[in-house]
Amino acid sequence: MAVVSGPPPYRDATVVEPQPGQHVGFFTDSSICIGCKACEVACKEWNHVPIDGLNFLGSSYDNTGELGANSWRHVAFIEQNRPVAADGSGGMRWLMNSDVCKHCAHAACLEVCPTGALMRTEFGTVVVQPDVCNGCGYCVSACPFGVIERREGDGRAFKCTLCYDRLKGHMQPACAQACPTQSIQFGPIDDLRVRARRRLADLHQQGMAEARLYGVDESDNEVGGLNAFFLLLDEPEVYGLPTHPVTTTRDLPQMWRTAAVAAGMLALGVLAAFGRRR
Amino acid sequence: MSSYYGRPILKQPIWGPAVAAYFFTGGLAGMSGALSFMARARGNRALAKSALMTSVAGLGVSLPLLVVDLGKPERFLNMLRVVKPTSPMSIGSWILSGFSAATGLAVASEVAEAIRPQGRLLPLGFIRPVGLVAQGASALLGTGVATYTAVLVSDTAVPAWHEGRREMPFIFAGSASASAGGAAAILTPTADAGPARRLAVGGALIEVAASELMKRRLGPAVRPYEAGTVKVLDQVSTGLSLGGAALLATLGRRRPPAIVGGAMLLAGSLCKRFAIFRAGFESARQTSGEAPEGPMPTSPPPVETLRVQPVSSRRPGAKAAATKTEEVGPQATPESK
Repeated sequence: MAVVSGPPPYRDATVVEPQPGQHVGFFTDSSICIGCKACEVACKEWNHVPIDGLNFLGSSYDNTGELGANSWRHVAFIEQNRPVAADGSGGMRWLMNSDVCKHCAHAACLEVCPTGALMRTEFGTVVVQPDVCNGCGYCVSACPFGVIERREGDGRAFKCTLCYDRLKGHMQPACAQACPTQSIQFGPIDDLRVRARRRLADLHQQGMAEARLYGVDESDNEVGGLNAFFLLLDEPEVYGLPTHPVTTTRDLPQMWRTAAVAAGMLALGVLAAFGRRR
Repeated sequence: MSSYYGRPILKQPIWGPAVAAYFFTGGLAGMSGALSFMARARGNRALAKSALMTSVAGLGVSLPLLVVDLGKPERFLNMLRVVKPTSPMSIGSWILSGFSAATGLAVASEVAEAIRPQGRLLPLGFIRPVGLVAQGASALLGTGVATYTAVLVSDTAVPAWHEGRREMPFIFAGSASASAGGAAAILTPTADAGPARRLAVGGALIEVAASELMKRRLGPAVRPYEAGTVKVLDQVSTGLSLGGAALLATLGRRRPPAIVGGAMLLAGSLCKRFAIFRAGFESARQTSGEAPEGPMPTSPPPVETLRVQPVSSRRPGAKAAATKTEEVGPQATPESK
């Protein structure tokens, strides 16, 4: 599959200096990811993310496994057998994609955080303040992507900060900086959305009907748009991404109402248990 | 449906059994507070006293349970750093704090009244009204303590918890009533325990009915309840709750059956909390798009996946489990769906 042949697709793309008040994020184009894991390494180095074991996972070239407290970028490797020749005979293709925290517009992790440790930055990103987090773990179960995690031995929750410190210094995040193929692109999300749609149209024109965008359209899912979105070449589940991520906090008003009814029922129940005053 | 090496999309909840135990003790404390207030208002001193003792005991266990489960227990007070309606845990912390303060005041007033004969010279006339107001507040907040935890578990991405959000508050409310009524039925002379028995029986019936309704409406997220520990816990809970309720309703006027029935309701409530709690863990595990014990599903044609057996664990030491069995083609393993 001639995915990486031809001129580099983002030759003219320039890196925009992040400005406070501007919503920035990532567009990860998996069609030009070469699986070098430079993003994983750059992230670990810059953010001083600790090691979490040198494990053999038996999942292609992926020994990171998944995003977590100690893996803020994760390159997925999928080896697929598929017909490539005109007669339909077999061949194989690589799918590689660098996953990251989506910095959701409606971030459930942030909303359920009881201490206010998780906050929205001036760049529209979602960040844990390690000096506030008390390790309650609510964010872990609220995240529909399984991104945020509590760090063993530390007790606090950690995840991608979209290199908040670098953004403050008008630099792009370490992973995007290190990516040698422009598979990871950083910028204002409005610009990136345009770029993603254009790239999708180009790929469709080249006959890659399986190319699709993930998390670009705000109406696509309940999460209300992602600040990190993707161009994929197969179903999201193949990459470990949920097709229908659920923002649990959308239903919270309904849940509070139900609980209020139940609490009212309890009050009445206790009254009823005592019956009429003798 | 396909998956990434059979890995669940969601992370496992990080909460330990202390949280499930707190759902039980919190519900017990909350509804015992409400029961105690009503008993006091009706002049049923024996029931008021025993329910208040249960409430204090439940609270005394609840707070440490909540603290030990934190990753940074010494930062427990950060829970009260903000008031955040979007976080059931934040609201719950405030409700629980208010409940603790009110219950503490109610107990203090009880103690003061008890020792008043000796302190006749002090102007202590305010104690009774203060105590009653405190207990009224404790009763109201108690119903909140008994129900907010249902919102807390439902407000997650975990399917078995989130999809049960319509019924969960009723399950928790019923379960809390059953346990509080059961405890009071054990600790109170049977002549005074009538209201406690009625609360217990009503609570148990609601607990069972609401959880059966939830399981019917969970859709695919009901799978954790259909096998393993969760199924056992759930069925044991139903048996204990219904059995305990039947015992209290029929023979509750005699002390020995009242004690057995009350204990069954307490155990049934505890099992229910653990069933729901464990179901969440199982449910999160099942978000990989594969049956828990079944083979990894293949991608639909025309794409055939060169698959590797899913790794059972990603913890260090999982190396041995990671057998590198390669299977090519969808026919090697039957589709699970």
